[in-house]
Amino acid sequence: MTRRRPLRHVTFTLGAAITLVLLVTAGLSLVYTPADPLAMSIAARLQGPTGAHPFGTDHFGRDLLSRIMTGAVTSLAVGVIAVGIGAGVGVSLGLASGWVGGWIDETLMRLVDAVQGFPAILSALLFTAVFSPGMFVSMVAIGIAFVPAFARLTRGSVLELREREFVVAARALGGGEARLVLRHVFPNALPPLMVQATTSFPVAILAEAALAYLGLGTQPPHPSWGLMLREAQNFLSFNPWFAVFPGGAIAVTVLGLNLLGDGLRDLLDPRTV
Amino acid sequence: MQRYVARRVAALAATLLFVSALVFVVVRVLPGDPAALIMGTEGSREATERLRESMGLNRPLAVQYVDWLRGALHGDLGRSIQYDLPVGQLIVTRLPVTLPLALLAALFMTLTAIPLGIYAATHHRRAGDYLTMIVSQFGISVPQFWSGLLLILFFSVSLGWVRSGGFDGWSAGLGPALRSLVLPAVALGVFQAAVLVRATRSAVLDVLREDYVRTARAKGVSERRVVGKHTLRNALIPVVTVAGLQLGQLMAGAIVLESVFALPGLGRLALGAITARDLPVVQGVTLFVATCIVVINFAVDLAYGFLDPRIRYE
Repeated sequence: MTRRRPLRHVTFTLGAAITLVLLVTAGLSLVYTPADPLAMSIAARLQGPTGAHPFGTDHFGRDLLSRIMTGAVTSLAVGVIAVGIGAGVGVSLGLASGWVGGWIDETLMRLVDAVQGFPAILSALLFTAVFSPGMFVSMVAIGIAFVPAFARLTRGSVLELREREFVVAARALGGGEARLVLRHVFPNALPPLMVQATTSFPVAILAEAALAYLGLGTQPPHPSWGLMLREAQNFLSFNPWFAVFPGGAIAVTVLGLNLLGDGLRDLLDPRTV
Repeated sequence: MQRYVARRVAALAATLLFVSALVFVVVRVLPGDPAALIMGTEGSREATERLRESMGLNRPLAVQYVDWLRGALHGDLGRSIQYDLPVGQLIVTRLPVTLPLALLAALFMTLTAIPLGIYAATHHRRAGDYLTMIVSQFGISVPQFWSGLLLILFFSVSLGWVRSGGFDGWSAGLGPALRSLVLPAVALGVFQAAVLVRATRSAVLDVLREDYVRTARAKGVSERRVVGKHTLRNALIPVVTVAGLQLGQLMAGAIVLESVFALPGLGRLALGAITARDLPVVQGVTLFVATCIVVINFAVDLAYGFLDPRIRYE
């Protein structure tokens, strides 16, 4: 079998490098930003890139570079928790559905079909009507949208794995149902789920930005890339940079995570060896 | 085939029942008292009680759900608190914006993605393939609303070719209406087109590696005929599925783009209803859009069964 070297895989390496920059930026913003991301300055409103403000300033004179750095933490936090919710609920449904089978499988799959009718935007609309908009609504709405993909993937793996010799042998040796699922089936279903989690992460970041843009997600004055674009829209003709930098931050981040996901899929897929 | 269709229809009915239950639970059960939520802190106790009575919230939840579902099945989605009009009527008046926007985006997606995907696959590992893949990678990385803002910045602010937003309605003429919808449709379609390019390329590549394609080539059949006759018919089956599933996503994506371009569609109706705490409108719009997405997914499922006989015999 040919050894797969991750660092020689261009897509994976490029994606990992961009993701590393994102993580370092987010981590750095917790201890240092060039300026206070919330500090306003009326005299410095809507400036283009300058030495003092490399990415310019917003309509309140706040430093865009500092706000973009802090916004990275918001994106990462929403991404991690949303994917966690989607994976947690989806994997549980998929395990139950695939392992138990019968009418439980049929019912859970119809529920999953129904949840598929609610993309993150729609769930967020529904939740915001009832609860206050904010990061929590974003995380839950995006997480719910991920449930069907994780549930179907897990169910498919369980259906295949439950008939495999090692599972049949473990059952013959008297392994309990819970032990069979958690010790023997679940660990073997993990690789495709890891790829799914990696590919869901950039989608979560895009969805968080879209929800913040619509006013359904992160609320001001907390920095969020989508929120910055919402604020920038009214000033497009005065300072286009206000819209260019936050949007660019989203695009580069999502590009990096997509490349990382594609690379990981290639590296974990035996057919590409 | 009839058995396959019957099974899918039964699954659709069960799924739609779950959709309605989910919407009902979020809007009527999770808030505790929807009437108090609508009235907010300003509402008096008497006014809140009157609203509770008029909305039928004093009855048991199961009775409320069955009544609401029966009404929804007959097109009665309740009455808007903000506009004092039937929610169904409000949805119908906003559809001529959202639906053409989603359809135009779908047209853009199909017309660009499928030819590009075929081109990339037939020029596998050549410059054209790499370029198409790089462009599509950027396409799936750019948020739709940012594409919209950049299009406004370029075509409206810099060049002044089109207005930056708004919609005068179809009564103002086909030309002006289409001009208002072209930029949002492109912004909406770019992301989905990028996904479809990759799916098309992958499907065509898979078929090009099949034995029967190799046999056709060995027999001396021209490359044009190999691709046009032997490859595309089979490769397009999964492509149709992906494209169909993306139609549902376009409906949801339209909600965001309507905000960017100030288009008076379903998304703006729902966002306005949230500000006004108009729960029946939010409930009606989400139920309508979710139903559309589930029905589109069902149609795709059915189409897949028709196109690929292996699916129906599984």
